[in-house]
Amino acid sequence: MTPWNFFLSHRSEIFHATLDHLTLVVISMDIAIAIAVPLGMLIVQHRHLRTIALGIASVFQTIPSLALFGFLIPIPFIGGIGRRTAIVALVLYALLPILRNTYVGLSGVDPAILEAAEAMGMTTTQILLRVRLPLALSVILAGVRTATVITIGVATIAAAIGAGGLGTFIFRGVAMVSDSVILAGAIPAALLAIFADLLLGLLERRLKVI
Amino acid sequence: MIAKIAAPSDVAIEFRGVNYRINDIPARVIVSNISLSISRGETLVLLGRSGSGKTTLLKLINRMLAPSQGQVFVEGRATTDCDPIRLRRGIGYVIQEAGLFPHFTIAQNVALVPTLEKWDSARIATRVEELLRLVGLDPAEFSARRPHELSGGQRQRVGVARALAAEPPILLMDEPFGALDPVTRAELQREFGALARRLNKTIVFVTHDIREALLLGSRVALLHAGHLVALAPPQDFLRLDHPEVHAFSACLDPSDGVTQ
Repeated sequence: MTPWNFFLSHRSEIFHATLDHLTLVVISMDIAIAIAVPLGMLIVQHRHLRTIALGIASVFQTIPSLALFGFLIPIPFIGGIGRRTAIVALVLYALLPILRNTYVGLSGVDPAILEAAEAMGMTTTQILLRVRLPLALSVILAGVRTATVITIGVATIAAAIGAGGLGTFIFRGVAMVSDSVILAGAIPAALLAIFADLLLGLLERRLKVI
Repeated sequence: MIAKIAAPSDVAIEFRGVNYRINDIPARVIVSNISLSISRGETLVLLGRSGSGKTTLLKLINRMLAPSQGQVFVEGRATTDCDPIRLRRGIGYVIQEAGLFPHFTIAQNVALVPTLEKWDSARIATRVEELLRLVGLDPAEFSARRPHELSGGQRQRVGVARALAAEPPILLMDEPFGALDPVTRAELQREFGALARRLNKTIVFVTHDIREALLLGSRVALLHAGHLVALAPPQDFLRLDHPEVHAFSACLDPSDGVTQ
């Protein structure tokens, strides 16, 4: 069966898997952003937390993804088979790029601007929210963009622990030694990644302050 | 023991035996044993080489830094007894390269302190227009622009307008014209000199340029390696006998440094 024929005969299944995949990615990214951006704001103010937070986030990134999914299965509450475990793993993976870019963006603001802000009588919180954050937005978004592309790829492996998504086709194709089936998962996943990269890249340029 | 006397009303800023050091190992003394009174309405220029401690003195006034020893009084109150945020909002501050917020329009930049002080928007708008005119910028043309669309000289004018926004009685200026080309610098120095005389503010002005110091200062204070080594009105300054005064006055000599 050619890849095209396989695609046509399974298009509804592929479409649903793509939606599942996207859902997995969007939920994971939302959670990762909700954790990493505030954490980045915290470590800009508290230097002693910086090494610890960035260190922990880096460690997650170094664990091979399949192993991370495996490690999480026996853990109570967050573990088990299925989507919830996959989301936990994807969040842990996405943390580092967002956290690092948030920190770099917030701490990379021109010292003259920060000096002026302080001298004008802005409080630390005002400087963070009204000066650092708006100026760091495009750098933070670049981190979100990197994390999204990584997450779309890693999410295919989530099928190994029963989380569904496009990885289902890839694992099935590997088992069946069928390129057509592998491609039915791999091509939509690649397209998703390219599309997300373009869209977020556009937004990033939009948010850039000269 | 000497009785404590309340600062006379014509003194705006006073340094009493101020030391500032950074507690590295070994500790570095940045300024030492500074005692100096700055009168209301005068323009005191702090002159010195790079690293002489002049910017440190400026930052001790609005408590961006706190003295290691001694005290700095602003309007009769020790800065260490003041809420630093309140203190700074009452003191204008202008730095080299202006330090404008690139994500704010010119109007929003000028309106910064009034906005923080929660003035109503009509009052802010009137004030912004008034200030832009004061520094020679047409409000209709510049209000909605962003800092990167302006020249260095124009940005510096906005920096001055921003510092004056909430009508602070004291203005601190850290080499405000240092990054400008010589022609624009001379233009801004002249205009600022005229503006300063009209506004009747207490101004502390940091520079390493002796010409600028003599042009703008009602008194010139010379710092050398953290010590105050000379203090005089411009007309008397060059007559002082101190090696560092000679070093600076040598910069004024037209025959010096010019190779034929």
